[in-house]
Amino acid sequence: MLLGTLIYGFVNSSILALLAIGFNLTFGISGVANFAYGAIYIFSGFLVWILMNTLGLPYLVCVVASILGAGMIGLLMYYVVIIRVKGLALSEVMATFGLGLAIMELFRYFDFVGFKYTLPVFVDGSLLIGDVYVDYQRIIIALIAMGLTLFLYLFTRHSRIGLAFRAIAQDERTALTFGIDSDRIGALSMAFGSALAAVAAIVVLPLGTIAVEGGYDVLINALAVCIVGGLGSTVGILAASVLIGYAQTFTSNYLGPHWMMLVSLIAIAAVLTIKPSGLFSHQKALEDRI
Amino acid sequence: MSESRPMLEVTGLSKSFGGVMAVSDVHMQLKEGELLGVIGPNGSGKTTLVNLITGFSKPQSGKIVYKGKRITGWPPYRIVTLGIARTFQMVRPFYQLPAYKNLIVPLYSPRVKRLAGGRYGDRDAVALDLLEEVGFERDAYVSYKVASALPQGYLKRLELAKVMALRPDLIILDELFSGLSLAEVASIVPIIEKLRFQGKTIIMIEHRLKELFRIADRVMVLNYGEKIAEGAAEAVMESDAVKKAYLGSETD
Amino acid sequence: MEKRKERIDRGIKARSEDIFALTSYREMLYLLVPRAVPVVGLLAVTPLLSPYWQEIFISTSVYALLAISWDLLLSAGLISLGQSLFYGIGSYVAGALNYYWGWSPLFTIPVATIVGGGLCTLLLLPVLRLRGIYFAMVTLVLPIMLLRLVEATRILGGTEGLTGLTPFPNQFTAIYVIQLAVLAALFGFRRLMNSDYGLIAKGISDNDLSVMSAGINVYWHKAQILFLGAAVGSFAGAFGTHLDMFAGMPGFALDYSIMPLAAAVVGGTGTFAGPLLGAFILVPLSEILRALGALRIVFYGLFLVIFVVALPEGIFHYCQRKYHQFERWVSVK
Repeated sequence: MLLGTLIYGFVNSSILALLAIGFNLTFGISGVANFAYGAIYIFSGFLVWILMNTLGLPYLVCVVASILGAGMIGLLMYYVVIIRVKGLALSEVMATFGLGLAIMELFRYFDFVGFKYTLPVFVDGSLLIGDVYVDYQRIIIALIAMGLTLFLYLFTRHSRIGLAFRAIAQDERTALTFGIDSDRIGALSMAFGSALAAVAAIVVLPLGTIAVEGGYDVLINALAVCIVGGLGSTVGILAASVLIGYAQTFTSNYLGPHWMMLVSLIAIAAVLTIKPSGLFSHQKALEDRI
Repeated sequence: MSESRPMLEVTGLSKSFGGVMAVSDVHMQLKEGELLGVIGPNGSGKTTLVNLITGFSKPQSGKIVYKGKRITGWPPYRIVTLGIARTFQMVRPFYQLPAYKNLIVPLYSPRVKRLAGGRYGDRDAVALDLLEEVGFERDAYVSYKVASALPQGYLKRLELAKVMALRPDLIILDELFSGLSLAEVASIVPIIEKLRFQGKTIIMIEHRLKELFRIADRVMVLNYGEKIAEGAAEAVMESDAVKKAYLGSETD
Repeated sequence: MEKRKERIDRGIKARSEDIFALTSYREMLYLLVPRAVPVVGLLAVTPLLSPYWQEIFISTSVYALLAISWDLLLSAGLISLGQSLFYGIGSYVAGALNYYWGWSPLFTIPVATIVGGGLCTLLLLPVLRLRGIYFAMVTLVLPIMLLRLVEATRILGGTEGLTGLTPFPNQFTAIYVIQLAVLAALFGFRRLMNSDYGLIAKGISDNDLSVMSAGINVYWHKAQILFLGAAVGSFAGAFGTHLDMFAGMPGFALDYSIMPLAAAVVGGTGTFAGPLLGAFILVPLSEILRALGALRIVFYGLFLVIFVVALPEGIFHYCQRKYHQFERWVSVK
């Protein structure tokens, strides 16, 4: 029981990290909180499903198309909507929220509801660890989550775009004087964030069905992790994912699954009272703005 | 007894930003009615010192005692309530509001209410009087103009009026003269002298040394967050450490 | 005799928004008519409608109240993505008092207004210190999590909700209770925001450091505004509960968050009249478009985006500007 909880807790943490990392990336770089994140997540899931089941394309093609599609949506959102309200935090929030709502409810309108909307697992079967069966999909989720984190770490430190991302994140004006186009980087950050949502969707969705409500849940989970970990801090996101992930799995196994959502609520409430800016944020509430 | 006790006493104040010491182990004392000038090259920690004293930033170590009260780490509004008011280096008016409405905010503060005996009176009238005091010509209706339409010189004076509205005992002016022409500075100096005459204690952070030395009683020099000299203006500028700090940074 | 055109409001407004110089009945009318429209429009017109449209007007007023509360929060720089938090909490407080102790609506509604406002303020208090984005995030997350809390712990009737609550004695009581509340909130908040108190709130949303350096406790001020907004939202929830004779999980539904937000943005923020106008456009419209089902929310989402990005002024400000530009012929000697 304990070993199972530990393993499943790790998988759960990986899922949370996968869900939150794209949202956090976009915010960390361009300061845009993408409230359409959940919508892009289910959009990618449905896109794969549609391409596979109505056009009959091979799975791998669908996956690539879906990731690129999500990235394109991110780019479009930036150039059509966000660029017009850039810097007005209130307007950015409302515009992305409205867009996400429109995308998600559009799927509901076209009746994308039911159990037939599922994505295939990568590899069938399961592995026996100790006395616990873990299906390969969950192992792959954990591996991909770790791989992606490592990739992002190396990417932001060793590639040109990654370095530009960091420059913009630290000081937009100075970066501008070095010839870094902040709009292009902002759009790219949106695209990357959205593509990460698609990756998360493709990896995580095979565990269940694709549902419109799932989009809201993903947004809520991503926000919860970001609030607990501290917006914009990658270490914080990982720590919060592990914290909430394990806490959820433990409560689910020992108290019952319907108590799971309570964990995030309590975590948020606790963090907000003890350290409102999140466990690992470098934000100094006042000082950084003087 | 009260004469010997300084109004503001700062001991061992330190603050670092990501490993860089912005203010390191600064000691200073200020007597009532004194005008202290704080100078130093760019990035020497002058504004951080102001932020620490006024509560906008929390020190890592050290102690700030104001009129016998330890105010280290207090939030800004409580410090203002005790009577320390500051201006910002970058002016921060409410741009959409008429100039005189900008003064409603400080006039609304608990400190002003207490000093006025629990009654505010007509805030608009008080605001207009204050603006006239800092040189807003009443006949020209400058006070009714939206703050975003005012030139820099008026904005600086508005900033000064906002501080005066709080009726503080200690005023901290963070580079009030920066960005102003000689004539504009010359028109503000009398206002500061008048404040001194009223018995206010003033700390001036300044780059315009010539104007500062004319009115300052005492000057303190910061470099890389450390106090390198303190005393009368002429004596301080003669000291080797100060010459090195200024010339060194200029010839780089 | 020569004539030229002149704006009607010329001379009425002297230099600033709050100084009026009235010299004739015509000028008084010019100022009074737009203020009378919502009063007459609500109180006199509603009773004349068919019962079906009366019900729609009641639910519109509930949304209008939530939208006005949203606008109040915005004036202090707080964007709420979860007005349903206020609605849900107000509805559960009133529902519980009525269900378990049998209190009459006469008491449950006022108590729910105060207690609900207080609870929401306590929940959101820690976020007030942070940047606006956190407030938006937390308000979006909280109602959904509270919904799960009710679902998981089966408190307060669980998924069934609290049913069979005391209704209002008749339709007219309901109409007048909610519409008087809307008018009170509209004119009360307009007045509040025009006072020095409101000036501070706007100052905080503009430039909180400056307000702080003026010796004002920014968090305390924000908390007061939050309480006012939350209390108005809770009132709407308590009213809705007795109207539907039911308090339950739908109180935390997204409808109560997105509709007021869309209404306020479409109508025009910052005036309280805008959100009211927006609600009275969007809610009846959605009633007419009922057949479209989920597509309605798609429309709200798109409306929200279009107005935020392209027409941030909103309908009300547009009308107001046009009204101020009305001209008349005056003779020139």
